[in-house]
Amino acid sequence: MGSIGVLLVGRVFPYLEQELDKRYKLFRLWDYPQKAQLLSQHAASIRAVVGHAGAGADADLIDELPKLEIVSSFSVGVDMIDLEKCKAKGIRVTNTPDVLTDEVADLAIGLTLALLRRICECDRYVRSGKWKKGDYKLTTKFSGKTVGIVGLGRIGQAIAKRAEGFNCSICYYSRTEKRDSNYKYYPSVVELASNCDILVVACPLTEETHHIINREVINALGPKGFLINIGRGKHVDEAELVSALQEGRLGGAGLDVFEDEPAVPEELFGLENVVLLPHVGSATLETRTDMADLVLGNLEAHFLGKPLLTPLV
Amino acid sequence: MAEEAVPKVLVLGPLMCFATLEPLYSHKFHFLSPNPNHSLQHFLRLHHPSSIRALLCSANYSVSAQVLRLLPSLRLLLTTSAGTEHIDLRECRRRGIQVAAAGGIFSQDVADAAVALLLDVTRNISAADRYLRTPNHANPPSEVFTFASKLSGKRIGIVGLGSIGMEVAKRLESFGCIISYNSKHKKANVSYPFYSSVVDLATTCDALVVCCALNEQTKHIINREVISALGKGGFIVNVGRGGLIDEKELVKCLMEGKIGGAGLDVFENEPHVPKELFQMNNVVLSPHCAALTDKSNMDMCELVGGNLEAFFSNRPLINQVMLDMVE
Repeated sequence: MGSIGVLLVGRVFPYLEQELDKRYKLFRLWDYPQKAQLLSQHAASIRAVVGHAGAGADADLIDELPKLEIVSSFSVGVDMIDLEKCKAKGIRVTNTPDVLTDEVADLAIGLTLALLRRICECDRYVRSGKWKKGDYKLTTKFSGKTVGIVGLGRIGQAIAKRAEGFNCSICYYSRTEKRDSNYKYYPSVVELASNCDILVVACPLTEETHHIINREVINALGPKGFLINIGRGKHVDEAELVSALQEGRLGGAGLDVFEDEPAVPEELFGLENVVLLPHVGSATLETRTDMADLVLGNLEAHFLGKPLLTPLV
Repeated sequence: MAEEAVPKVLVLGPLMCFATLEPLYSHKFHFLSPNPNHSLQHFLRLHHPSSIRALLCSANYSVSAQVLRLLPSLRLLLTTSAGTEHIDLRECRRRGIQVAAAGGIFSQDVADAAVALLLDVTRNISAADRYLRTPNHANPPSEVFTFASKLSGKRIGIVGLGSIGMEVAKRLESFGCIISYNSKHKKANVSYPFYSSVVDLATTCDALVVCCALNEQTKHIINREVISALGKGGFIVNVGRGGLIDEKELVKCLMEGKIGGAGLDVFENEPHVPKELFQMNNVVLSPHCAALTDKSNMDMCELVGGNLEAFFSNRPLINQVMLDMVE
């Protein structure tokens, strides 16, 4: 398989890059100052694209790779891939579900606790020597709060299970009500936000869910409410979020994702009621290795004519 | 001597909840708050110590036999902490002074903080937040923070399976963690595996969460041997008391890379924290505030107020410390 051309469209976990390099003829998009150069030289030999949360295969790229057979994403979210175009052209698409569910759910709770209990602020307080001058102030209790989840898929359910360990009540919004769930359903995100203390975004990014967290939702969550985003940056109207935090209309936010990564709105750096993370939802050695093995396994299955492990298209 | 219309309560702190407590109960009790910069004896000379029957203190104030001797009429001692190692309980028993503490009021908040510290240190949350807020960071974030550790499904050893330890266990079980514990005695109705040796517990676990009371038996219960047994990929969280860990050894082991990291809410000589820790990204430091939330503060005010009312109307106390168990 060493002659099969695979295009890696963004930097990934070193183990994945090394394995792709060993098994295939690997082209790294960032090695070429102009994409046109890469395409004119190698487009004809590229049969697979490997993407990640931040970069995939849009309509243009798909058109530019006439031999493209499969897009394998090193992520569970595939909002950077033009799925309709792939379907139309018979191009397979795979992602990395399940192996990262626990990891992302852990981080959602970690972000919530860090935010409500001011863990990062407390750490700063101690490191700066301020503790010698006086105690830190009271923080907000997490146990027993009402957690509202937008999107009750694998990750949403894993978050709910963990929050229940803290005696939290769970409610949710989903495109359709889940008949076999015991959690309280709200037919709109605004209603969900009005009835919970902590709103967690855990749905896929699609046209419908773009800016699903808007001014109205943020105001409904309110000055005692908290927003946690472990989905995609574009789920949240970031400009509205920033102004709400600055004006005290929202209690606080824990964010692993941003609209234009790696850029983070500078206005947030001075706020003590936010926790900011550089998109590390699935970023542990164990999970990234499992995700990489899934990408490699899917590619191998495809080129051997076997059933794909985790196909979406 | 005539009974005071409003009973006096001596307050020895500082007390986090006092700002909330005083306005709520000042019509029922006369709170006396000595200036901490002057001697207690001096203060008491002005305030008829023989009329003081109740004392309210925090974990920061050492209520020694010496202090108790200054209060010949003392019959009630309330502490706002769950722990009582700052009180001479033997002297209280000898004098017939009733003692009540926080009981389980803080357990949920402390357990939440323990899990918060564990998640933070394994997933590098504070380190990553600090990194993002630092201007001009050179390396792309994914390279710096990709090698965190998974928590779900890991084996967690709880040192001290009391009220707090049980709440920690319940929370971590919802992450699919496998719980074992060490305690003074094996607990009857608990299905988690019991280890009589903390070293054995550390050997089999990926992380230790220390939640026990500090006493003669538990001082430095986490020593070099335990830390080494936990190993390079292991983590330790302490929400008990600083004295439970041999702090000098912990710092050395962290510097030598013998352990994965630590989340610490308590230290041996608060508010002093070993400065070597400030250089590390694999420690999370917290200023002894695991118990202190808006809710627990309110609950504590109600508990203290309730116990003062109970005492002065001869009713039973809540969370009374049974002194006949004291050695």
